[in-house]
Amino acid sequence: MPMHCARSSALLLLLAAPLATLANPYERQLANGLRVIVKEDRRAPTVAHMVWYRAGSMDETNGRTGVAHVLEHMMFKGTPTAGPGEFNRRVAAAGGRDNAFTSRDYTAYFQQVPKQKLAEMMQLEADRMRHLTLDDKEFAQEIRVVMEERRLRTDDQPQSLLFEQLNAVAFQVHPYRVPIIGWMNDLENMTASDARHWYDSWYAPNNAYVVVVGDVDHQAVFGLAEQYYGVLQARPLPVRKPQEEPSQVGVRRLTVKAPADLPVVMMAYKVPVIRNVEQDVDPYALEMLAAVLAGHDAARFTRHLVREQRLAVNAVAGYDSTTRGPGIFHLYGSPSAGKTRAELEVGLRAELARVQQDGVAAEELARAKAQLIAGQIYKLDSIFAQAMEIGQLEAVGVPYTMNRRMIEKLQEVTAEQVQAVARKYFRDELLTVAELDPQPLPQTPLARSPFAPRH
Amino acid sequence: MNTCRLLIFLCLALTAQLTQAGPKIERWQTLAGTRVLFVEDHSLPIIDVEVDFAAGAAHEGAGQEGVAGLTRSLIDLGAGGMDETQIASRLADLGARLSGGVDLDRASLTLRTLSMVDKRGPALDLLQAILSRPTFPVEVLAREKARSVAALKEALTRPDTIASKAFWSAMYAEHPYGRQATPESVSTLQRADVLAFHATHYGAARASLAIVGDLTRSQAEALAEQLTRGLPAGPAIGDLAAPRLPIAGEQRIEHPAAQAHLLIGMPALKRGDPDFFPLAVGNYSLGGGGFVSRLMKEVRDKRGLAYSVHSYFLPLQQLGPFQIGLQTKKAQANDALKVTREVLVAFLEQGPSEVELQAAKQNLIGSFPLRLDSNRKILENVAMIGFYDLPLDYLDRYPENIERVTIAEIRAAFARRVRPAHLVTVVVGGE
Repeated sequence: MPMHCARSSALLLLLAAPLATLANPYERQLANGLRVIVKEDRRAPTVAHMVWYRAGSMDETNGRTGVAHVLEHMMFKGTPTAGPGEFNRRVAAAGGRDNAFTSRDYTAYFQQVPKQKLAEMMQLEADRMRHLTLDDKEFAQEIRVVMEERRLRTDDQPQSLLFEQLNAVAFQVHPYRVPIIGWMNDLENMTASDARHWYDSWYAPNNAYVVVVGDVDHQAVFGLAEQYYGVLQARPLPVRKPQEEPSQVGVRRLTVKAPADLPVVMMAYKVPVIRNVEQDVDPYALEMLAAVLAGHDAARFTRHLVREQRLAVNAVAGYDSTTRGPGIFHLYGSPSAGKTRAELEVGLRAELARVQQDGVAAEELARAKAQLIAGQIYKLDSIFAQAMEIGQLEAVGVPYTMNRRMIEKLQEVTAEQVQAVARKYFRDELLTVAELDPQPLPQTPLARSPFAPRH
Repeated sequence: MNTCRLLIFLCLALTAQLTQAGPKIERWQTLAGTRVLFVEDHSLPIIDVEVDFAAGAAHEGAGQEGVAGLTRSLIDLGAGGMDETQIASRLADLGARLSGGVDLDRASLTLRTLSMVDKRGPALDLLQAILSRPTFPVEVLAREKARSVAALKEALTRPDTIASKAFWSAMYAEHPYGRQATPESVSTLQRADVLAFHATHYGAARASLAIVGDLTRSQAEALAEQLTRGLPAGPAIGDLAAPRLPIAGEQRIEHPAAQAHLLIGMPALKRGDPDFFPLAVGNYSLGGGGFVSRLMKEVRDKRGLAYSVHSYFLPLQQLGPFQIGLQTKKAQANDALKVTREVLVAFLEQGPSEVELQAAKQNLIGSFPLRLDSNRKILENVAMIGFYDLPLDYLDRYPENIERVTIAEIRAAFARRVRPAHLVTVVVGGE
């Protein structure tokens, strides 16, 4: 099935595209402001088509939290030319798969289809970019589905509740304080006109970009994009207020009680993210720190906290250097039986202190970099992953063309820089700690009806 | 009109079928007796290897529940003179990724490595050591048991886990598919249990090997020999017995969650059974086809009762389940159950409409290329074909097997496999 062959024994050579395809991915901006990014990958006769809108939950206002995500649901509820359910039906008939996702930073829609179906997907997406019906009755049904989604994914998930509360405390001003799915009371009071207002504000070609990856010719894709998306008008966008988070001036703590068995400790330090790919240093060093702490099964957290000290049943570090809003470096885990949340917190802090005092070994850093490079190659196995990478960088304002440069910058991180960021940011003034205090279920064992025969 | 459309569709399907052959799969057996399936693909410098053993949870003896998972989790935590840190560090140094797990039938180890000689050589040496010389260190065993017990206790507070465990018990009773690990059963496991399970179930004859990626047939042959020659011999073991079908019934379990979790189903289908195709096509219309199924329309779109609702068949070595599942606000549990049952009963009586049938075929055949558009997906398919010993042209013939299905066959297959007299229902939470 794979058509062409690009073998090379040198990894870095492989990452640098051969001369003939240096321009791949290709990009064009339409007159209405819509940018179209195309990456040709001819391994299989399929294509991923994505439309990204630069509007996520961080663009919402109080009382209307969750509207970005509700609108995402409503985008499948029809236009004058493609009624409710028609979008899904046509994608399915095309042999495709489709879905959408809302994040704090963006809302994106995608279809994976056999390559000959790309034009139809573009026609459907262009149609709903401007002509969504947003019918009151459809809204009334769908808002109930969204409330079920919130119950399923947050209200009945103790760790999700903990994360939601952590964000609400770590951020007091910046809209990262609200959950993407929205507060339940806001969902209960949301109206179709709230969704209409959101749609009219943000769903415009000049606030969107299209990413296409797969077995396509970029010129043909630009032609299709002109045909379907080119007819839409650009519109003025709302002014975005920065809503910068004021400096934190002391540790913040909170507890969540929920039915569960395993306690959880979640620590969140405020750290920077990439704003200037060339000049920034710290975000790259923080990425490497996360890899050294928890990037693999022999990384420090698992090795020390889980395996040697038996303090935790799991321990994780997480950091995303590419976000529109402020950055957070997370440490979290669950204590082993017989250990307390406080003991685990001490253990997590001790790992940070060790980096602050002794730095990291050259070997550990080299290991993190080896994984990074291999991960870049493995990503080439999935056209969906390649499209996601382009889309996510663009969503936070980093041109996708900078990806290679970001990999180089990660490769250049030194052990001294890792130690420096550990000293600079991991201070109590920048810390919020959230603890899950597990509550037993009301009855143990749970009352069960007998298995009653049914006729 | 209808005939004309059908003809056009058949022609399209035929063209599609000619251009939609699956990947070229080569097959042989190693000297040790392990089945090997290989797909050569040089488009990326990646090699993917999956080793599957008939060592899933269904192969645990009574009182040994949890030993399959424990054995699999320990196998790469000490081998060939290396401890767990050395193994994980070396893999990370090479950029290699080792994953896998256990289900009811299988225990699997999956290695993804770069294909350059200086990467693949050491990565495959590590996998060989793990397969042939695992050490199961006693102190690691104690720790992993404790972690497993902690995870199980946590899971047993969750409505989805409680529902799933009750559902499998109700469907399979004393059959191995119905047995479940508990904190108590895992706590009693000893190192001798793990050693015995490994010696019995991780043998060459119980293994199948799938290899996809950047190597030649002769390199793949050498690799297969290397990985399998040190496997334990292992005794011959009889096949799993067929489960007895349960008597229809319903169980309610209290839970404080905001949503009730509902499951309906029964043992229904084995791998390799020809009913697979009519059931797959029919289930697409019932509850399998993403956003376009009857269950999705009735439960979610029309009534807003649930975020997700699905139905599927899970074919296994022995009869695997047909299952419908959904979650809904607890006050609505009975409404949702009623609607779901009505949809199922109507479908069993009538089968899909002609329009639904064509839509199902269009999607299942049209999406065929999406099932095979990465090495990772090819590996999953090829490993499944190898483990269950399905015909090598299974993927090539998939589109025509779907295309051939009729409404009458769907109704007949559902009547055989989804029988109200045997459907069990579990509701966790609700009022």
